[in-house]
Amino acid sequence: MEREIYFDNSATTQVHPEVADLMHETMIRNYGNPSSLHKKGVQAEQAVSHVRKILAGALQVAPEEIYFTSGGTESNNTAIKGIVHAYKSRGNHIITSNVEHPSVLNVFDHLEELGFRVTYLRVNENGVIDLDELQDLLCNDTLLVSLMHVNNEVGSIQPIKEVGEILKGYHKKVYYHVDAVQSFGKLPVYPGKWGIDLLSISGHKFHGPKGIGALYIRKGTRVKALVEGGGQEKSLRSGTENVPGIVGLGKAAELAVQDREAHAQKMNAIRETLASRIREKVPNCRINSNFDGTGAPHILNISFPGTRSEVLLHYLEQDGIYVSSGSACSARKGKLSHVLTAMQLTEEEMEGSIRFSFSYFNEMDEVMPVVESVTKAVKELRELTGRK
Amino acid sequence: MYELILVRYGELGLKGKNKSQFINRLILNIKRGIKDLAPREVRSTWGRIWVPVHDDLDQLLEKLQMVFGIYSVSPVVKTEKDLEEIKKAALRVLHDSLPQGGSFKVETRRSDKTFPLTSPEISKKVGSYLFVHSPDIYRADMHHPQHTIEVEIRAEGAFVYGQVVPGAKGLPVGSSGRAVLMLSGGIDSPVAGWMAMKRGVTIEGVHFHSFPFTSERAKQKVLDICQVLARWGGKMRLHVVHFTEIQKAIRQHCREEYGITIMRRMMFRLAERIALKNKAYAIYTGESVGQVASQTLESMFTINNVTNMPVLRPLVGMDKEEIIKIAQKIGTYDISIRPYEDCCTLFLPDYPKIRPRLDEAEAMEKNLDIEGLLQEALEKTEVIEIVQEEI
Repeated sequence: MEREIYFDNSATTQVHPEVADLMHETMIRNYGNPSSLHKKGVQAEQAVSHVRKILAGALQVAPEEIYFTSGGTESNNTAIKGIVHAYKSRGNHIITSNVEHPSVLNVFDHLEELGFRVTYLRVNENGVIDLDELQDLLCNDTLLVSLMHVNNEVGSIQPIKEVGEILKGYHKKVYYHVDAVQSFGKLPVYPGKWGIDLLSISGHKFHGPKGIGALYIRKGTRVKALVEGGGQEKSLRSGTENVPGIVGLGKAAELAVQDREAHAQKMNAIRETLASRIREKVPNCRINSNFDGTGAPHILNISFPGTRSEVLLHYLEQDGIYVSSGSACSARKGKLSHVLTAMQLTEEEMEGSIRFSFSYFNEMDEVMPVVESVTKAVKELRELTGRK
Repeated sequence: MYELILVRYGELGLKGKNKSQFINRLILNIKRGIKDLAPREVRSTWGRIWVPVHDDLDQLLEKLQMVFGIYSVSPVVKTEKDLEEIKKAALRVLHDSLPQGGSFKVETRRSDKTFPLTSPEISKKVGSYLFVHSPDIYRADMHHPQHTIEVEIRAEGAFVYGQVVPGAKGLPVGSSGRAVLMLSGGIDSPVAGWMAMKRGVTIEGVHFHSFPFTSERAKQKVLDICQVLARWGGKMRLHVVHFTEIQKAIRQHCREEYGITIMRRMMFRLAERIALKNKAYAIYTGESVGQVASQTLESMFTINNVTNMPVLRPLVGMDKEEIIKIAQKIGTYDISIRPYEDCCTLFLPDYPKIRPRLDEAEAMEKNLDIEGLLQEALEKTEVIEIVQEEI
């Protein structure tokens, strides 16, 4: 295969070579257990502390508010279950949206079975929640609000900061968790200032390794641990620290954040160009992502009615182009996307929806080959599968 | 405590002068079936096969149960030709193979006539020893025993065994020639393949791959299924036919409701050609009557018309439930239910023809360059040797 064009960066990213080098170095030299009393232990502990500072700096919070986990799913689980179990005497009502990642939605489902009252905020046709609806839902019994910052399927941005304002102004403390897995490194996120109590991030979404993530927990917030053991991470997350993973996460965060605005502009330019070229060349397609400031710079979701996204994906694969059909997780279950359903797309539009997602590794000259392949594939597929 | 496993072969005994050929095949298959265990000599004497145990009884039994042609097996204790030794061995065998207690009797065969006691005498002495030395839960019963403890006195020693473990039965794979199996990745076709193997047939899988209409994962699924089948058949070859162009051509040139009929006709044509090229003389499929539109008798008639080769459908009289049960037993079920589409639903018409007519199908195929399409598909066919992996 000639050239590879990887437009599936919201599924996962290539590890940055600098990150991989540093991890390799850490694995063979700084291999100590941070809990050990000797020098090897101290060195490993220092490496972990250094990353805590990097992440704290990036989020503008205190280092002791950063906890390492195995990734986004564990961070989301820990945050939500940890809060409701620690504070269940304070309320029984929890709120989220109906376009969350399964690692939030399924936790809410489970809590509903346990007897919590769950409300799902609806989204408009742009995939964005309504602040007035949230305001109306808050009550004396409300314990937690959990929202994603950037939607993984369509890239819609939720008004995270404004929600923080509403919750700050409410007469009763309502805990606030944000799933920032898709936004960290792409959009500004300042949990300290924005009234966010817990915030999840995941290393492999910004050129870090898989199997490592972090959870910000505001100082003074009690969270019940999911994993018991040797008491690492102040007993929030027992288990010997994944030192190479943490070091990789730190390096990747540093690289993502230091040029964040330039990266975002570059990705957004690629996104806009791809969207407008496809719109010019492919008749009857529907752009499901926003360009008015409520769309993330790195996600472009387009429906090609009359095609099947899985087949379209394999067509593009033949040209060395990698994309996603809907979100990688829901695409496999053979059902229609809950996000696109919530945005009220037609069945045909959902069946033919493709997600292109970018990183700062992508270049503008990758756009035209993709436009050409998409145009050709959609045309051929529509001819083949058009009902006779 | 067990030194040997006694392997009994059932139907083989009936095969007259081909018998030695069948036994050699069975021994070969046993050796292949246990090749992951420590090496050992597999011998055939006295109308049975003997496999030494090297401290690995459970693994050995498990592997032997997957070799077709074995009727049953028994773990055997070997002792000196000394009555006291034989009694002790029999007691251990009884307690080990019948731990819950129950009724038993002892049967003896004595081919070494130098042994001072006759067979009935040995049975009697061993039997009363067992009775005296066992707790109350064991009873002697000469007529309808739950268990028979067998004693054999041979030149090289005495053999004692009791437990009878059923084998996979059937005939040794490789003893009944070769056939192709149309393998989709669904639940049925692997079961059909297993049943072919059970009758001693060597199977070559034929899978129709329609990338990009089906994914690489659908192909991986079929490879994984072959891997499981190879545990039963030793090894197998898979022909992955490039079917994409045929799918497209049918879609473009034939009426939608005949799409499946003509697709199946093309598949049988390809299967037949692959079979002939590989000295295979039948086509196995997982079809059952009435399951889907292409499996009505009218469909089968119209589809089957493209080949004179025997098309064997071992599942034809089975219900889905029965098929699933076998799939679970042989280990293909969990692979088959993985969600990746095997025969792309993209090409499934909303209303497929349930009673497709032969003349109509033939007329519609006039729009296709059948020979050209078949040639191209065969040229782009990938042949994969599936070698049994260690489990």
